[in-house]
Amino acid sequence: MKKLFGRFGAIVGLAFAGFAAVGAADFKPVLLYDIGGKFDKSFNEAAYVGAHRFEEETGNGFKDFEPNSETQYEQALKRFARRKADLIVAVGVGYSVAVRNVAADFPNVKFTVIDAIIDLPNVQSITFKENEGSFLVGMIAAMKTESRTIGFLGGMDIPLIRRFERGYRQGAEYVRGDLTFIENYVGTTPSAWNDPIKAAEMARSQYARGADIIFSAAGPSGLGSIQAAKDTGNLAIGVDSNQNHVAPGVVLTSMLKRVDLAVYKAMKAAQDGHWSAGHNVMGLAEGGVDFALDEHNAALITAEMKAKLDDARAKIVAGEIVVGDVEGSNVGH
Amino acid sequence: MASQRKLPFWADAILLPGLNLLAAFLVSGLVIWGLGEDPFEALSLMIDGAFGFEEGVGYSLYYATNFVFTGLAVSVAYHAGLFNIGGEGQAMLGGLGLTLAVFLIGDASPVFAVLLAIVGAATFGAAWAFVPAYLQAKRGSHVVITTIMFNFIASALLAYLLVGPLQRPGGQMPESADFPDGASLMHLQDLFEVIGFSYESGPLNLSALIALLCAFAVWFMLWRSRFGYELRVVGQNHDAARFAGISVTRMTVIAMMISGALAGMMGLNELLGEQHRLLGNFTLGYGFVGIAVAFMGRNHPVGIVLAAMLFGALYQGGAELAFEMPNIQRDYIVLIQGLVILFAGAMEHLFRDPVEALFRRVGQRRAA
Repeated sequence: MKKLFGRFGAIVGLAFAGFAAVGAADFKPVLLYDIGGKFDKSFNEAAYVGAHRFEEETGNGFKDFEPNSETQYEQALKRFARRKADLIVAVGVGYSVAVRNVAADFPNVKFTVIDAIIDLPNVQSITFKENEGSFLVGMIAAMKTESRTIGFLGGMDIPLIRRFERGYRQGAEYVRGDLTFIENYVGTTPSAWNDPIKAAEMARSQYARGADIIFSAAGPSGLGSIQAAKDTGNLAIGVDSNQNHVAPGVVLTSMLKRVDLAVYKAMKAAQDGHWSAGHNVMGLAEGGVDFALDEHNAALITAEMKAKLDDARAKIVAGEIVVGDVEGSNVGH
Repeated sequence: MASQRKLPFWADAILLPGLNLLAAFLVSGLVIWGLGEDPFEALSLMIDGAFGFEEGVGYSLYYATNFVFTGLAVSVAYHAGLFNIGGEGQAMLGGLGLTLAVFLIGDASPVFAVLLAIVGAATFGAAWAFVPAYLQAKRGSHVVITTIMFNFIASALLAYLLVGPLQRPGGQMPESADFPDGASLMHLQDLFEVIGFSYESGPLNLSALIALLCAFAVWFMLWRSRFGYELRVVGQNHDAARFAGISVTRMTVIAMMISGALAGMMGLNELLGEQHRLLGNFTLGYGFVGIAVAFMGRNHPVGIVLAAMLFGALYQGGAELAFEMPNIQRDYIVLIQGLVILFAGAMEHLFRDPVEALFRRVGQRRAA
């Protein structure tokens, strides 16, 4: 029934803007979310947080839009480009082809796309080294596990998400070599991002098979995994945004992917006039990824663990540890 | 059928849908008011978004084109007494057929590829409807059950192909490579330019005209041909049809295949007209909304075209609303559209019975 209803209204809500004349004073960027939706407590919410910070600091509002399906990407981009938005920020790997098509048609409009690489003179591409952040949370999982079995739950099975898994595994194995890994992916289509029910089922099954910590890189679906951890009395690791507060004491830590920072910086730069096209990579060294430590999980991370993590972080930044990558994670179009 | 006779044509075709729509908007208005927004402002935003400017009109008609195809599909089957809920799956397969045709000969001859794509869309859609039709006709498996299950099979098949053999090289999303250059339907603004006046660019394309041609063809077939007469007889009464020497089995299968072909052609608008590549779930529920369109249009091609335009405007206007009023999230737009479908389709008798009673009373008074 949910599926039917979702499809029913899927097209609904394409976004359009009535932009007034553009001036430095009323700079109005546009933020386009991915399928998961604005308040997913994860990837898209991080983007919103960044844009919101921009709004608070500069007093310039922004327009945003949540697509219901991947067909809407291109339609939404076109609508905003036609109305001469000052900057269009599209977050999510799904936007790659859509941004390429639309940016080629509108060479005078600036686009910033996150998680994809588009080689056009009016597109800024921002990607992250998710494997480096995942390495650190993998270490935390390995230091914390009692059953010596840890799980990984990916959203959509694509190279980009495999990259999280790769870093997680390498980080865990860096701490100890006697671990068992269990991994699952929610699905192969974008709806996998938005299926917390299925994610919870999979997480439950991983816990039943002996895992006591699961790292889910699945956007809003990951909330199902956190719920499963809560229900079964195990631990979960959040992703993208700081999800420690979702279930204090249950969320061991979160792998931060600072989409908020990327969105904020892109908007700020465009407003100040030094926005430039090209490809930026944000890794540990650039503060683009990290693990979350706050009052909700302070009790779970000991000082000894923290010291080891800081050591590894320094080694990654210095290049002493090279975290493996997955080919094709950020393909150019 | 007899109950429809109680109302004059205008009341059945205009008054009742109008009342249903009004009720739906009233309830939606209450929801919007409950959210702390002004319902009248929301309504004016929707109307303005759908009809207020050239581009908006283009989008409204673009969405309407999809609904004409799926609405016609539902109505052809309905006239044969069949309830085809499989428009969604048939449209997906139609899109697949279209894509295969384009990739097969798109490089050699784009024009010929477009023609083959139209045939491919219709053929694949018809073929996907054939199986449930055959099962219904020969084995008595109810077509409602089988068509709805075939939607899931189609969706899974498409997802498999798009993350497998048909996936764009190097891509991560379930989508195919771009269609070869030129293998697409002309946008109407380009056509307008050829004949000498300009129109703001939008997604509206030649398939809108194809949809109108289909509507005319369906009308002609149903009401001006012997075949259509037979089809409607089967829909009214199987026994009478059999007694008159019409093969119910044959008509069931043919009606469903025509229905599937019409649904399959929806891809012309979405894929060949606008997206220029096959996407995982490009059908977006149009197949299901086609049911509401067909019923609101009283299963007549003219009514379907009008109802499709209403739904097209609702989609486009709803989109505008989602953008302009941040308090109204996408889910509320779905709610408003759902209410229109609910009132126009499921709760049709809410107003039909009182209106009929009113007309009877007025009629009696006049007679006396």
